[in-house]
Amino acid sequence: MTTSPPTGEERATPHAAEPDTHVAPPADHADAARTWISFIADMRAWLFLGALVIGFELWARIGFNATFILNPFNLQSIAIFAVAPLLLATGQTFVIISGGIDLSLGFIMGLAAVVAAHVTNIAGQSMSPSMAVVVGICAAILVAGIPGTINGLLVSRLRVPPFIGTLGMFGVARGVAFLLAGGTTVPVRNADFAALGNGRFFNVPYIVIITALFVLVMHYLLSQTKFGQHNYAIGANPQAARRAGINIKSHLLRLYILSAMCAGLAGALYAARFSAGAAQAGEPLLLDSVAAVVIGGASLFGGSGTIFGTVAGAFVIAVIQYGLVFVNVEPFWQFIGVGVVIIISVLIDQAQRRFTGGRQDE
Amino acid sequence: MNSAPQNGAPLLEVRNLSKNFGAVQALRDMSMVVRPGEVVALAGDNGAGKTTLIKAISGVYQPSGGEIFLRGQQVSFATPQEARDKGIETIYQDLALADNLSIGANIFLGREPMKRFLGILPMLDRKKMADAARETMALLDFHVNRMDAPVSNFSGGQRQAVAIGRAVYWDAQILIMDEPTAALGVPEQRKVISLIKQLKAQGRGVIFISHNLQDIFAVSDRIVVLRRGVQAGERKISETTHDEVVKLMVGG
Repeated sequence: MTTSPPTGEERATPHAAEPDTHVAPPADHADAARTWISFIADMRAWLFLGALVIGFELWARIGFNATFILNPFNLQSIAIFAVAPLLLATGQTFVIISGGIDLSLGFIMGLAAVVAAHVTNIAGQSMSPSMAVVVGICAAILVAGIPGTINGLLVSRLRVPPFIGTLGMFGVARGVAFLLAGGTTVPVRNADFAALGNGRFFNVPYIVIITALFVLVMHYLLSQTKFGQHNYAIGANPQAARRAGINIKSHLLRLYILSAMCAGLAGALYAARFSAGAAQAGEPLLLDSVAAVVIGGASLFGGSGTIFGTVAGAFVIAVIQYGLVFVNVEPFWQFIGVGVVIIISVLIDQAQRRFTGGRQDE
Repeated sequence: MNSAPQNGAPLLEVRNLSKNFGAVQALRDMSMVVRPGEVVALAGDNGAGKTTLIKAISGVYQPSGGEIFLRGQQVSFATPQEARDKGIETIYQDLALADNLSIGANIFLGREPMKRFLGILPMLDRKKMADAARETMALLDFHVNRMDAPVSNFSGGQRQAVAIGRAVYWDAQILIMDEPTAALGVPEQRKVISLIKQLKAQGRGVIFISHNLQDIFAVSDRIVVLRRGVQAGERKISETTHDEVVKLMVGG
């Protein structure tokens, strides 16, 4: 890039005339192409989402003479559908940016759902129903922190590869969740809990509002704090992070607790929505969470990704799944649709890497 | 050949430094000084003790014997961080940059400045990072128009400048550079040489390890040659030749 002919703007800078003492800026035309490719790569989840919405809208209009996206019921359904995978994917985004992966999130969510159900029932015997709901949700999130802590200790202190450590916790959380649930679903008898899970504020479900606020907080944490900044640095170059004085061990411990607590919140909201806790609540959602992060522009090699990208990724999956049901296609096409989007997304990532050699933060 | 002061009080002085690894003596009775604005090259074959010496100076190794003086005061560093706090910065070949972050974010990695949004919410002060990066890089005559670009966008020599810029921003008085030109093409090597000249002009001390005699002769004031853990010779660059240095390196 430094050997390319200078553009007009480069010639205009006074320092370009002193090649020996001057480290030239990247040529501007290369910069522009790179910016353009990076822009497409960064926005790819939103582009997918737009294309899918337009596609389904046309399909609905032509095939059924109906509207897809302008129907509030559809919007609500898609949003509710996206809540749990999005919460898991939010935690997963942090972990994947750090260069790891958390395979235990699905069953931590199930464990949290069972704990939320049990604790809400038990607490309801000695306090008001609404207090019992608060206690139940807090208990679910705190209990989710336990497997998260173990994951964090395994990865940070014992240097277990995240894939293996969290795979072990996948099994442990699964077993504990089923044991606690007695092998069945745990019904909750608490009207306030059901109201939280199914109620609406100006037609927006409470759980969607809670999820949206939570995602905003996580976006702040990732993009505006030292914790988030260190997360990017560790994902790109752990050696550099350590030499810069970042305590990688304590960072990783906090990171896996954080992702597990995201799954804890997802489990609690699941229990609220169905008035029941089920150990298998998050089973199909783990891979959706990874898919949402990857479609959202993160690289599985670590170092890149954003929360808003993940939001778009989660909605891409939700729109594919709900949209194909809406246009009355056999549900198995969902898997094919999501799979194709993942592959295209990774191809864009590869192309972008080849052109720019990396990605910037935020 | 250079007009920098040569006779000031030493910035760094190493006296009779030794380092043993078990029975192996990697460094024996090594002495050298670095004065402000002076560039000292360390040369020697593989295993001659160059890396051991710089690691002992920068706090990675604890010396087995000998003393280190910084501006006349005796110092000892338990960790590289302590050495860095005292103004001795080591720039390794791999540069230790987070490629996905901007120049500013790399300069401030681990010590990020914060501001308060609306007086309450703490947030990374990206503007301060970008401004500091722009000023620091300008000191090195490195001008870049996109401060938010990740450093992976830059070439090898530019990335070297970022690593040096980080040291300069945190006010390193002595920069130790391990093979700064080894992985670079010829034009990039020239840029790194000019960066070292900038550091010299700012009155900092530079120790640099290189295999490339051309680079050494282009920028150093003195050369210290090591062989098998001992000092094989020390010459002023203006008073020696390639041939003499090579003879010192290989012995005989």
